[in-house]
Amino acid sequence: MENNFSLQIIAYNTIVRKEVLRFSRIWKQTLIPPVITNILYFIIFGNLIGERIGQINSFTYTDFIFPGLLLMSVITHSYTNTVSSLYISKYHRYIEELLVSPIQNYTILAGFITGGVIRGLAVGVVVILAAQFFVNFTVHSIILMLIVILLSSTLFSMCGFLNGLFANDWDDINVIPTFIMTPLTYLGGIFFSISMLPEVWQDIALVNPILYLINALRYSMLGITDVSIIFAFFIILIFNIFIFALCMYFLSIGKGLRT
Amino acid sequence: MNSPALLINNLTKVYSNGHKALHGINLEIPHGDFFALLGPNGAGKSTTIGIITSLIKKTEGDIQIYGIDIDKNFVEAKTYIGLVPQEINFNTFEPINEILTNQAGYYGVTRDEAIPESEKLLKKLGLWDKRFHFSRKLSGGMQRRLMVARALIHKPKLLILDEPTAGADVEVRRLMWDYLKFLNENGTTIILTTHYLEEAENLCKNIAIIDDGKILRNSSMRNFLNELKSENLILYTENPLKNDFSVEGLDINIIDENTCEVSISVDSSINFLIEELSKKGVKVKSLKNKTSRLEELFIRMVDKNGK
Repeated sequence: MENNFSLQIIAYNTIVRKEVLRFSRIWKQTLIPPVITNILYFIIFGNLIGERIGQINSFTYTDFIFPGLLLMSVITHSYTNTVSSLYISKYHRYIEELLVSPIQNYTILAGFITGGVIRGLAVGVVVILAAQFFVNFTVHSIILMLIVILLSSTLFSMCGFLNGLFANDWDDINVIPTFIMTPLTYLGGIFFSISMLPEVWQDIALVNPILYLINALRYSMLGITDVSIIFAFFIILIFNIFIFALCMYFLSIGKGLRT
Repeated sequence: MNSPALLINNLTKVYSNGHKALHGINLEIPHGDFFALLGPNGAGKSTTIGIITSLIKKTEGDIQIYGIDIDKNFVEAKTYIGLVPQEINFNTFEPINEILTNQAGYYGVTRDEAIPESEKLLKKLGLWDKRFHFSRKLSGGMQRRLMVARALIHKPKLLILDEPTAGADVEVRRLMWDYLKFLNENGTTIILTTHYLEEAENLCKNIAIIDDGKILRNSSMRNFLNELKSENLILYTENPLKNDFSVEGLDINIIDENTCEVSISVDSSINFLIEELSKKGVKVKSLKNKTSRLEELFIRMVDKNGK
């Protein structure tokens, strides 16, 4: 049992190291684009349009949208890292290196998720550094902020993993980010408070899980939220547990990996 | 080391499209064996290997690796296995030394332990100078050698090679043969599938022939080869042969004016053949087997099975 534990730990460290090296080697593709995208958001939405919108809950528009932009960068890159890494390893068949080895499914999942989380965090750090030139960076609760970012990037790493398991071609790894994630993220309140929406749309917005992530992060940074922070954490946890269970189930039946 | 290296009982595989790839096969491969698993394309070799290494899920049956049931303790069972798959499957954007140390990590070998082992293997297989290169920069033969190095990095007791020399040139094949012999002599049990039957004949001690998901024959290589009743030789003559040239008691087929194919019983000596031809004024310059003995038997067996 002890041998198995140390084997799984070494295997986990190996997968994480490999994942981190993978995205670090191509840092121009993985770490620079989110900085440029966010700078454009700050300039266009924050400074040019934001000045006409004025303040929201006594924060400038740039400050108000920053938590949402930060979260969008983190979750998008956590997702992309896992789905692309898993799919490419299936495509080139080197996933078999893992499948024939004595690694448990939970170790494979944990390794890929950690790789995605680390990329999400690395992107978060570079976006925060870039934001120093545009926003008044404030933190209401650093612990809450770290927890929200960690749980959100974990959740989206797992979603990327699921997508990677089901993906059969390159199109499949773009469908969910393009048609589901991006619309939900934009409609999740990055650029607005749901109190600005008509009542019907406020109710509809509450069905969007990303709304809770954005509001939880906005609360941890600015101290304001459109939804109950306890309920937001509850939703984030439930989704994490649900997607984790799905990943483990599909790994156990070998979906997309074993014949 | 009382338990066999591999024990397969009633292994059955039915794919989701209804195709029955394995019909309850049984195999026992002792420790230290060099075992050939041969069969035509689609016979069930790769399915069997896929199930042993858990890339394919079995429908029914049991597999034990050194006495350990892969369903009950797959972690320990898999630590004994090294696999050289049929197709090249590296991360082509990873340097060679990283491929090896990562593979070691998946088997619980730390980087500190893996680095010297990787150096040893890369030197042995002539890849040391390329250790910092990306695997996509390697020639086909080097990639084949890297596959072997990767399978050996965690020092498996059972090495499974699924057509390891496919597409490799003669020099690489000879190098691989020598290295596989060395490994086997030093205690590694080896299971080999190959389409180069000469390779299996030269290397393996025991053999199983599989076709249509059934084991047609499982015996020692020596016993199997002894079943060959006749063999075909190609003779190159100094003087031209006429189209109607024949010798009583010999089955001769003229290929061109200086080449013919002769079928002789394995009990007959080559001297008899040369003498008979000499009596007819034919001088033999050189001769060779048309196919290897194993190939001859293999073709006959598979043909008999309805191919």
